[in-house]
Amino acid sequence: MSIFKWKTDEFSWVDFTIDVLRVLIVLGVVVGAWNTLSSGRISFAQWVNLFAAGLSQGSIYALIALGYTLVYGILLMINFAHGEVFMAGAFSTVFLAEALNRTGFLNEQPLLAILLMILFAGLVSMTVAILLERVAYRPLRGSPRLVPLITAIGASFFLQYTFRGLYGSGFKAYPQVKILQGVISIGDINIPIVQIFVFCSALILMLGLYWLVERTRIGKAMRAVSENKEVARLMGIDIDWVIMFTFGVGGFLAGSAGVINGMFRPQGVNFFMGFIPGIKAFTAAVLGGIGNIPGAMLGGLFLGVIEAIGPNLVLAGLGIPGANQLKDVIAFTMLVLVLIFRPQGILGERLSEQKA
Amino acid sequence: MDLIWTQTSRRVLVYGLLAGAFILFIGAVGMIAAFHEREVVDRFISLGQLMLMLAPFVTAYYVAGQVAERDQDRPLALVSGVLIGLLTTVPTVILLLFNSDQYRFLLDLTLRLTPFVAATITAWRMHRAGAEAQTALGAWLAIVLLVGIVTFSFALIFEIKGNLRSVLVNINREWVAVVTFDNRGDLMRGLGALALVSTVSGFAGSILYLLPAVPRRALIYGLGVTALIGAFGETARLILQENVDRDTLREIFRRDTLRQNAALALFIISTAAGFLWARYGGQARARFGSLESAQRRAINIIGLVLFVVIMLMLPWLIGRTLSDVAVTIGIFVLMGLGLNIAIGLAGLLDLGYLTNYAVGAYILAVLTSIGPLGLFKGTFTFWMVIPLALLAAMFAGFVFAVPVLRMRGDYLAIATLGFGEIIGKLAISDWLKPLIGGAQGVQAIPKPIFFGTELKNPEQLYYIVLVASLVTLFVSIRLNNSRTGRQWMAIREDEDVATAMGIDTARAKLLAFTLSAATGGVAGAIFAAKVGTVFPNSFTVFISINVLSLIIVGGIASNPGIVVGAIVLIGMPELLREFSEFRFLLYGALLILMMIKRPQGLIPSKIVTHETRSGVKPKLATAE
Repeated sequence: MSIFKWKTDEFSWVDFTIDVLRVLIVLGVVVGAWNTLSSGRISFAQWVNLFAAGLSQGSIYALIALGYTLVYGILLMINFAHGEVFMAGAFSTVFLAEALNRTGFLNEQPLLAILLMILFAGLVSMTVAILLERVAYRPLRGSPRLVPLITAIGASFFLQYTFRGLYGSGFKAYPQVKILQGVISIGDINIPIVQIFVFCSALILMLGLYWLVERTRIGKAMRAVSENKEVARLMGIDIDWVIMFTFGVGGFLAGSAGVINGMFRPQGVNFFMGFIPGIKAFTAAVLGGIGNIPGAMLGGLFLGVIEAIGPNLVLAGLGIPGANQLKDVIAFTMLVLVLIFRPQGILGERLSEQKA
Repeated sequence: MDLIWTQTSRRVLVYGLLAGAFILFIGAVGMIAAFHEREVVDRFISLGQLMLMLAPFVTAYYVAGQVAERDQDRPLALVSGVLIGLLTTVPTVILLLFNSDQYRFLLDLTLRLTPFVAATITAWRMHRAGAEAQTALGAWLAIVLLVGIVTFSFALIFEIKGNLRSVLVNINREWVAVVTFDNRGDLMRGLGALALVSTVSGFAGSILYLLPAVPRRALIYGLGVTALIGAFGETARLILQENVDRDTLREIFRRDTLRQNAALALFIISTAAGFLWARYGGQARARFGSLESAQRRAINIIGLVLFVVIMLMLPWLIGRTLSDVAVTIGIFVLMGLGLNIAIGLAGLLDLGYLTNYAVGAYILAVLTSIGPLGLFKGTFTFWMVIPLALLAAMFAGFVFAVPVLRMRGDYLAIATLGFGEIIGKLAISDWLKPLIGGAQGVQAIPKPIFFGTELKNPEQLYYIVLVASLVTLFVSIRLNNSRTGRQWMAIREDEDVATAMGIDTARAKLLAFTLSAATGGVAGAIFAAKVGTVFPNSFTVFISINVLSLIIVGGIASNPGIVVGAIVLIGMPELLREFSEFRFLLYGALLILMMIKRPQGLIPSKIVTHETRSGVKPKLATAE
């Protein structure tokens, strides 16, 4: 893969092109960043704000990414429809949020109300994920790898348009919670409370998952199935149940991410909201090394930060107008670059050829 | 006997409720109400009602077959038909009761009881399976809590919102009207009508199965043809309009729907034809088989000539509106055949195909536009740009292929999807606005001019698409049997073995991506010329999904399959306007269904079929 291979191997122009690409990208990033930083257009406080916003957006990606990673760790398949599982929870819970808001409970007991919403969204998404596994993926277990992927693409669009049919095609906004509206100021740095809330609740959920996987019996079973299905079966583990459980846990995290996302982004939810975050969360999962749980968390945070800072730091520095429109381009470029240069991810050492 | 009875009853129960869930689902997403707008037979039956009847009918037919074959019990098959008809209505009836004002308390009751019932059943099962009392109790509590949260939330939502409809937007008056057969005022009568219709349909389905083979096939044929022509009444009228005088047309159609007499006549004729075919078709086929090979070839050639003549005459036969649809289908045939080189032959799941389409469209737009964004303002003509669009798309395919050459299977799919999204976002960005117009796109693209005549009608554009498709088809067939084609298939089956056999996989894959991109560019250019404007909104992931679906449904690596796939998947939503809202719902369901039940597609390619017959699952580029 690297330049040094030339000496031992015959010259490969594919490697050469990829190396040229690598040099160009590093050059672009350095030049862009240098230009921006030397021009001093963005102050330190603004950088901190961008970083904080990126971190909270990233923690949402991380929650979704965990679902990809959990499923990939066990089945070695990309659950392409996972973004739609996220949408299912977020979209369904809008109605609960409206109802809670109308009764006034949302502002009287915000923590309890949000907890109820997170549980509801998590359970709805969990149901969708489990149904998806049962109906679409289980019959295809053991078939060539692209077959479940195509099924998952189909499932993705099927779910999108199912929810469009059920709830309508318009955007629906989550009601605003009063205690989350303020801003915490430290000097010039203003951090909205909602960002802190998003980050903290995502952290709690991730710690919960970590506890589940590392400290409980079912977590042990999940790890065993991920290591070797046949041996796990011989040890008396019900593989089907563990796989279902894994989809359920991934779905729960995605659904709760949906609510947290709703609190965080005022533009509302609709049936297509899961597609782009789904791909980005997949990027995050690959970034951290797919199949690796702490990796997905770090990957999510990392991607969120890059997405927030990248356009301003690099693209604006290269003189590209409307750089913030190209946020998604940064994320998708990140996806392609990781897949090209480091498909095993940042933390993914244990993933060998057979898995990647 | 006892065992058979329980198995049979369970089968009836499961299939009946599944059919019922299907009816409820298509109602809840709005399909039934939308399709009710289209009448199949004038003032007699709408497409929505037809769907309501078809579900129990088909299910009963299927289950009757199983019951009659396995249990050798024909009366039981009839009973199962009636039961399935009744069971099919159960989910819909429950929702209707929940939705009504009188019986809303049932919804509250159900929501309150569900957690306890579900928990008790599970705990009881665990207990019977030998779990300790403590574990079962724990499970009981956990389920009550979890399910309780969901049902409590639903109860709260419905309590505050007041009705189901404010959440489930399609459980509305129109839906109620259709499923109660216009007895909205009197719910009980409506439920009765629904149950009656459904039961009769189920009964009819099981009777149909028990008929002797010849009349059964004749009836299926007659009903099928009548329903199809009725559903596509508008299309049928548009075709007839070109060939029949007005009075006859008025006899057959009232606006776009078949009149009752015409439908009856059509049914009788098609049933009779079906009867003749079922009775004598086998003999005819046998006689054709026993003919001399020269005679058989002559008949085949006559068929081919007839087909070519029809293809050439098509715009005159079907008129303007349908020619427009034919052009759209042709554009997708082009893309399908192109993408098939990557997916079907080389096994590279390329989800970024819209890149090539966009490149072709924008190249044509920028080079030929006479608007402000046109670079040359009319110096370049359509015919000069088509090769350029082809080359540009090939170049784009090449450029995007190089970085992904080392990737396999699913990673390649996601990476190409990423490329597609990047292109989509760039097309709409401010950055490229001076060049390609940002969100406003490029306008004022002139129509192609062919020896002085401007090809501005779809009838004329049809020929461009036809020629392009035929050329692509030819190239595609030749590629299938070429050395390169074999290399691609080797890579598809096993990349490591292919490398070991001395195939330069990097070169072969690059070639696959590049060639597959070429037709995408041409398709994009034709699309741009047809529409006259290029908007970035036309280039979304849905294009790639459209093309992928038609390949999968038609038959992977199968050229005729792709043409049929394009006609069905692209043509149907265009012809059945009510349908277009649900097209991606259908595509998604079809992708899942095809992968599970028939991964080789509707018209499988011979090679893939061969692999399936020898007991090997058809491979779509294994990554392992």
